[in-house]
Amino acid sequence: MSGFDVNKIRQDFPILAEKIRGKDLVYLDNAATCQKPQAVIDSIVQLYSHDYANVHRGVHTLSVRSTDKFEAARTKVKSFINAASDKEIIFVRGATEAINLVAQTYGKTNIKAGDEILITAMEHHSNIVPWQMLCEQTGAVLKVAPMNHKGELIYSEFEQLLSDKTKLVSVVHMSNALGTINPVKKIIAAAHAKGIPVLLDGAQAIPHMAVDVQELDCDFYVFSGHKLYGPSGIGVVYGKQSLLEAMPPYQGGGDMIRKVTFVETEYNVLPYKFEAGTPAIADVIALGAAIDYLAAIGMNNIAAYESELLDYATVKAKQIDGLTIIGEAEEKGAILSFTLNKIHPHDIGTMLDSLGIAIRAGHHCAMPVMDFYGVPATARASFAMYNTKQEIDVLMAGIQSLIEVFG
Amino acid sequence: MFEDLRDLYQEVIFDHNRNPRNFRVMENADRQVEGFNPLCGDRLTLFLKMDGDVITDASFQGSGCAISTASVSLMTEIVKGKTEAEAQELFTKFHEMTTGKEEHINLEALGKLAVLAGVREYPARVKCATLAWHTLDAALKNEANAISTE
Ligand SMILES: Cc1ncc(COP(=O)(O)O)c(C=O)c1O
Repeated sequence: MSGFDVNKIRQDFPILAEKIRGKDLVYLDNAATCQKPQAVIDSIVQLYSHDYANVHRGVHTLSVRSTDKFEAARTKVKSFINAASDKEIIFVRGATEAINLVAQTYGKTNIKAGDEILITAMEHHSNIVPWQMLCEQTGAVLKVAPMNHKGELIYSEFEQLLSDKTKLVSVVHMSNALGTINPVKKIIAAAHAKGIPVLLDGAQAIPHMAVDVQELDCDFYVFSGHKLYGPSGIGVVYGKQSLLEAMPPYQGGGDMIRKVTFVETEYNVLPYKFEAGTPAIADVIALGAAIDYLAAIGMNNIAAYESELLDYATVKAKQIDGLTIIGEAEEKGAILSFTLNKIHPHDIGTMLDSLGIAIRAGHHCAMPVMDFYGVPATARASFAMYNTKQEIDVLMAGIQSLIEVFG
Repeated sequence: MFEDLRDLYQEVIFDHNRNPRNFRVMENADRQVEGFNPLCGDRLTLFLKMDGDVITDASFQGSGCAISTASVSLMTEIVKGKTEAEAQELFTKFHEMTTGKEEHINLEALGKLAVLAGVREYPARVKCATLAWHTLDAALKNEANAISTE
């Protein structure tokens, strides 16, 4: 791998030196949120120490500096996902708000009673509930394409569910509960053949692989900054310009207007039309710093390294008696969801925590996925580029000994 | 290896988790209430047999972590033969013990339940221990609806 040095990367993340209950931290909850490199932390400190003021408003020096940095971050996001224009990058609070934005603007204008919205059986609650709310408001119907026991979309059934009534397809790019990477290019091509636009929920995919929205030809792509080594409270809606132009605004207020009288308001141009109010200025700029950091390492290098980690973890996990891996898709990102015979995930979580190992135990905001597998919850180790095989060894040893303790 | 956890996971808890007591459906129960912890997915159904205001039998079904299973198992043992008022008083004491509001809790009054005192140090796990008791509380108040600890 060209110059990928995990030890060097680890040095860039100060929190990785933290001791938890006296033990070295082994942070394996990256699908929930991942840790921040020094460059991201520094960019926040730099901004508030030297360059901070409100954006798009003042003629004074600091406002100009902040605005320049803010808009530079937008350009970084644009290049990172290869969007055609800065106008297609809208900053929101996260993937959740992003999907709500599309549902309440694009959805509300284009989806009527009797129309269908198609999702999959492996969606995060944030790609289920906003559509249910829209269905309640409009009388549209939510359709769910099923998956098989490996956690893979059953593509033929998905295709059959694409009908004349389908007005939008909204699919997770990579599942947070299972790690499954969906065949999104095929999905998009099939939907487009019927004139149906596609939203990809990229919250999990974006830190693990190179994403090119033009090559994918998706109509919307959404993600959160905090899972991409950036701050929490910031996220992105990418939308094709032609769609965004035709959509009504999401919220009303400052920044999203061009002219206001008490009789009528003229909306601002893209992307500002969708960015009402003072944005998360420092967080946008820090997200830009995260993207610079990742671009220097290279997303393909990251993907190759993480795939090695996942393979290693999978082999080790299969050697443990009584461990069941939940989610064994052929195309899979660096997530290992599992259950242990007769040991509840919360007990696994607490016990591993006492060894300094952070994993997630729960339903992962995907209760329908838990129902599908007939489990109340799973334990989930999710990997990032700074994790190592040694850490996986620590995890597996921890699991072995907790099985012994439980007896 | 898990030295730090010895206060939380005492042997009694492992024992009740492995072999939960009163783990059965009760035919002809006088009270039947479901408890649910949406955060964890812990789910239980509590059954009570009453004679006037005395709990003559208690049993449960469901699935949960070791803490919640041991807690409900211990509870069904201890409330048998108690009056509603006595059970309520235990609930109050148990709540005080697990949420740690009282500095000097009389652990003796709680008998075997004292093995669950350790959850106090693990705020994320307190609800696992108290779910059983919130469910009992609802059953005693004859609230038919499922209760949830959120
Ligand atoms: C697949 C997926 N979609 C959406 C989200 C929601 O992201 P956020 O909570 O940052 O809005 C998550 C977060 O867990 C996720 O994993």
